[in-house]
Amino acid sequence: MLKIENLHARVAGKEILKGLTLAVNAGEVHAIMGPNGAGKSTLGNVLAGRPGYEVTAGSVEFNGVNILELPPEERAAAGVFLALQYPVEIPGVNNTYFLRTALNAQRKARGENELDSMAFLKTVREKLKIMQISDDLLKRAVNEGFSGGEKKRNEIFQMALLEPKLAILDETDSGLDIDALKQVSQGVNALRSPERSFLVITHYQRLLDYITPDFVHVLADGKIVESGDRTLALKLEEHGYAWVKEHEAGVVGEPA
Amino acid sequence: MSSETNDSTATVLRDNAEVAEVLGRQYSAGFITQIETTGLPPGLNEETIRQLSAIKHEPEWMTEWRLSAYRHWLTMEEPKWAHLKLEPQDYQKISYYSAPKKKPKSLDEVDPAILDTYDKLGVPLHERAALAGVAVDAVFDSVSVVTTFRKQLADAGVLFCSMSSAIRDYPELVQKYLGSVVPPGDNFYAALNSAVFSDGSFVFIPKGVRCPMELSTYFRINAQNTGQFERTLIVAEAGSHVSYLEGCTAPKRDENQLHAAVVELVALEKAEIKYSTVQNWYPGDENGKGGVYNIVTKRGECRGDDSKITWTQVETGSAITWKYPSVILRGDRSVGEFHSVAVTHHYQQADTGTKMVHIGKDTKSKIISKGISAGKSNNSYRGLVEVKKSAAGARNYTSCDSLLIGKKCGAHTFPYMEVKNPTAVVEHEATTSKISDDQMFYCRSRGIREEDAVSMIVDGFCKQVFRELPMEFAVEAKKLMEVSLQGAIG
Ligand SMILES: Nc1ncnc2c1ncn2[C@@H]1O[C@H](COP(=O)(O)OP(=O)(O)OP(=O)(O)O)[C@@H](O)[C@H]1O
Ligand SMILES: [Mg+2]
Repeated sequence: MLKIENLHARVAGKEILKGLTLAVNAGEVHAIMGPNGAGKSTLGNVLAGRPGYEVTAGSVEFNGVNILELPPEERAAAGVFLALQYPVEIPGVNNTYFLRTALNAQRKARGENELDSMAFLKTVREKLKIMQISDDLLKRAVNEGFSGGEKKRNEIFQMALLEPKLAILDETDSGLDIDALKQVSQGVNALRSPERSFLVITHYQRLLDYITPDFVHVLADGKIVESGDRTLALKLEEHGYAWVKEHEAGVVGEPA
Repeated sequence: MSSETNDSTATVLRDNAEVAEVLGRQYSAGFITQIETTGLPPGLNEETIRQLSAIKHEPEWMTEWRLSAYRHWLTMEEPKWAHLKLEPQDYQKISYYSAPKKKPKSLDEVDPAILDTYDKLGVPLHERAALAGVAVDAVFDSVSVVTTFRKQLADAGVLFCSMSSAIRDYPELVQKYLGSVVPPGDNFYAALNSAVFSDGSFVFIPKGVRCPMELSTYFRINAQNTGQFERTLIVAEAGSHVSYLEGCTAPKRDENQLHAAVVELVALEKAEIKYSTVQNWYPGDENGKGGVYNIVTKRGECRGDDSKITWTQVETGSAITWKYPSVILRGDRSVGEFHSVAVTHHYQQADTGTKMVHIGKDTKSKIISKGISAGKSNNSYRGLVEVKKSAAGARNYTSCDSLLIGKKCGAHTFPYMEVKNPTAVVEHEATTSKISDDQMFYCRSRGIREEDAVSMIVDGFCKQVFRELPMEFAVEAKKLMEVSLQGAIG
């Protein structure tokens, strides 16, 4: 489904991704961990097509399409969703209206019929239930005055509604209280399906107790430097990223 | 108004929008109508004014009124205080009268080319096709060509006709109220207008009458090198109520066209006047060539106790907009409101706002201004809240928000306050925001295209004002905004 090969990308003239290779099959959950400033958010932004993130080499294929050539809105319509590390406030624009505009824009781009407000509200109610979110947030302006945790939940709610094929969650767990963490995880799990893949960027192995990944990768200095199953997350938790570097350099053997 | 009439109006507006679609969503009203006209040659002196007055078969008092305004005007200078780059005008190069040659006695005699013009603009004049529930006075260049639904209105006692007919048919009313809110010497442009005004609308709502339909004037400048100087007077007697709408367009021409209007509103005891404008004059092209200079003096007076005047304006057009719809709150407990959205793009300039003058006790005013600037445009809010000594318990709330799109445009706010009564409460809030790159990416990453994201954000920004417009016109206003902000991003 997603094939990233030798990806190099620059931000503000500085090379951040330095030959990143990663393949994600349909239905898989991949966790990405790594030190601050390693390039994790950059990867998410490059995949979503954020202006200012310049790809200098490599390729990204999504369901056989070179998505690097598509503008962000077309990637969204093709099924790429990025839950932002720092969701953006849009004062004056009602959250429900925003969601409906987004969903219908995507449906239109895919040649599907647009939902009228009745059908849309029905879908919204179903998703609210799955996500265990109160509809208060839907009556307000997009993210305006939302708490950190509410913003993250709103991102996940958008994901539930837009039903992407590839969801990239950039530190969606950061800033969530314990209950919210469980709810968000349950929401993600409810959306897991053989057709849908997830890239879950996180600093905390705890999230992976709730969302069990198929693979865990360590992204450091713009590359994937280590990959494994979920036990890799536990080892990282125990030994820190310094171990990965040493391990990579072959100084120390696999810790017992 | 019944829902049925709402529907048919909405249909007409939708059709109008389709025309806009077909024309590539550019300025859709920019076509020229080919008709034979008569007029006065360019130039301005006492003789021109006498000729103008003669063409219109005006009584002697009117001619004299004009001449005294003209003499006053000669002593005045163009004001310089606005935040506008406005070349001095050559008033001798303008023609002060242009009218279709065939003078219609009834709708059947109106030149088909003119009827067609209004059809294309989405304002059909034939009553069977006309906007149900909206009576229209159509002003083409210098004259009112037709006023619809006159009979139905007359049955209700409402007088709605062109200013020219009012001067002939209701001279005592015109003499009593004309210039009573905006005196001929009020300002340079008002004086000019008083001297040379050609036509406009006259509305009189008698005591206790609720006007049975929306009244509307549609101004169209067609002829070249012609100024449009229209004069509107609305009088609402005690306990009456009227809602009035104004729409305007002009062909695309490389030369600037001058539109200097005066609008006067008088609300007597417990009367209410709602005046809404959707201004869509040709704004000039993307390089700042051409466009209408829209220089307007609009003022209402709440003359009676407990009266109310509301101005709502959506300004998307004109190369230059200079207007400050104001309310003089003379009656005790009278209320004045001003709701405004002003959009500027490319090289457009707007200096607009309001004046609320509190004279009566416990008078209230509210000002909601939303300015949107894109391209290289400049948008200024200029407002004055004046509380006279007599206005005990006066209250004002002002909120001014500016939204910037892009980096080369400007937004300015000039709020003035003069409070002479210590019991008055005057509140002012202002914000300036930008459509940020982050917001654009956020919308796009959810599948929303750039233009749609801009119009969604702009629409959210203007909601508070659009709510004040009659529903169908809110739809129209929203579309106009989309058209005028075309290409504002990227
Ligand atoms: N718009 C930008 N302008 C300048 N530098 C940037 C920009 N975006 C990212 N960077 C730089 O790129 C590097 C990688 O940033 P990125 O946000 O991808 O890190 P990260 O792995 O997500 O870190 P964290 O765990 O702290 O979120 C950092 O050094 C960051 O400062
Ligand atoms: Mg990050």
